[in-house]
Amino acid sequence: MSNALITVPKTAKRGEIIEIRTLVSHNMETGYRRTERGVPIPRDIVRSFSCTYNGVEIFSAELYPAISANPFLSFSTVATESGTLGFHWKGDNGFAVSSSAQITVT
Amino acid sequence: MRRLLAGAALAASLIAAAQEIPPSERRSSYELMGRETKAMQDDDTSNPATFWVLDGESAWKRKAGAAGKACVDCHGDAQSTMKGVAARYPAHDAKSGRLLNLEQRINACRVDNQQAKPLVFESRELLALTAYIAKQSRGLPIDIRPDAKTQPNLDAGRSLYNRKIGQIDLSCAQCHDQNAGRHLAGNPIPQAHPTGYPIYRLEWQGVGSLQRRLRNCMSGLRAEAYDYGSQELVDLEYYLMWRARGMKVETPAVRP
Amino acid sequence: MTRKRNRREFLAAAAGLAAVAGLPATARGQATANLLRGTEKDMLAAIARYTGAKAVTKGRVKLEVPPLVDNGNTVAIAVTVESPMTEADHVRSIQIFSERNPEPVILGFKLGPRAGRAHVATRVRLADTQTLVAVAEMSDGTYWSGSAPTVVTIASCLEDL
Repeated sequence: MSNALITVPKTAKRGEIIEIRTLVSHNMETGYRRTERGVPIPRDIVRSFSCTYNGVEIFSAELYPAISANPFLSFSTVATESGTLGFHWKGDNGFAVSSSAQITVT
Repeated sequence: MRRLLAGAALAASLIAAAQEIPPSERRSSYELMGRETKAMQDDDTSNPATFWVLDGESAWKRKAGAAGKACVDCHGDAQSTMKGVAARYPAHDAKSGRLLNLEQRINACRVDNQQAKPLVFESRELLALTAYIAKQSRGLPIDIRPDAKTQPNLDAGRSLYNRKIGQIDLSCAQCHDQNAGRHLAGNPIPQAHPTGYPIYRLEWQGVGSLQRRLRNCMSGLRAEAYDYGSQELVDLEYYLMWRARGMKVETPAVRP
Repeated sequence: MTRKRNRREFLAAAAGLAAVAGLPATARGQATANLLRGTEKDMLAAIARYTGAKAVTKGRVKLEVPPLVDNGNTVAIAVTVESPMTEADHVRSIQIFSERNPEPVILGFKLGPRAGRAHVATRVRLADTQTLVAVAEMSDGTYWSGSAPTVVTIASCLEDL
């Protein structure tokens, strides 16, 4: 079951700014909704996102209930060296998803 | 008396036909969306429906039921064998003698060939399989050709489309044929062609079927919605797909 | 036997529909969520918490929000900050605020010189027609902001299925 979609170029020139787009599968239950009987539905959201480049964090985000379901985040980074980009999402109720992508920098 | 009623029915269908959107003026609801929403649909990696499609791809390969078979065991690679299938559904099923939509066809296969339980309508797995199969028709023109067996379904669907329903007392035709393009409470009224189902609907923040959308519309008119899998909904689906014949499949589409 | 509907009858029926649409929907609890609204005061307090009550200068921050959204549940927004993004001069963090959502903070980011460009995009839920504000913290400790108004309507057919 795939729960994260990453768009990152496979290759880049050194110093080039590359755009990264990420999508993670999650309902993002706000905590403000109620069932038909009026019982509050507890908050259950992705809380944080972090992107690492060969182990070094280059971008991070704190998510709140206002983020739409299936959170989409797009950001950029400088292609410094070949290696692995890591993507990590953490959230309520032990939610933890990780994904990675390889990049070749010439 | 019977001749009078037949004459009235003919007159009614002629009036309805006169108000249908001319084929060359048909437009997909895609064109009514904002730039960002279109971008969501255009790029598979930005389209949340892709999660469902990927789940469908996994389900396609997963063995199910007492027969222990997966879809792939009979149907092979969906990218080739399922190409064009969704574009001609709903379709007549010889075995049951009924018109079935794609979801019902999948379930019929599950029951008959996999000896598995049918999937619940609007369940994640059924939506995923439907989305995966329908996506293989993306870009192809909708191809509905009524014949002697399905003409009654088409007529029934057209009749439902033109019937005023609910406390609000409107028919589908009044909004989607006669007033498409105008605005209702700040939102543009689409022509309502089901070119991209199952869709990722921003209102649902999830993927849903055409029948779910039709039921939403009915309850919006304060009418009691037909059940999932009911003859009425399949006939209406058939009419709507026929009405959109020639338009390109966009599954999985994004819609507001 | 169908009668020909004229435009006046359609408008009357549609007005009824719009009136119903204006009533709160109870079935999926949307009413409760919809009635929880922040105020500009809540947003300003949240901004003060982020900046430590330091001065915020308008400028350098461009917040892009569609002027009329397709649907308030998923609104694509983007923030761009003018900055060379060098070690000496870069954006350290950005926070996006809402004046009408139940909570004033929508999203927070940490950037840095490795970002190359201070440009982020996401999709958010907006409870009402409002103005969004983005505040950026620079490496020199100053705060800058940009804002954008948007109109959010509800779906015209209320649905509970």
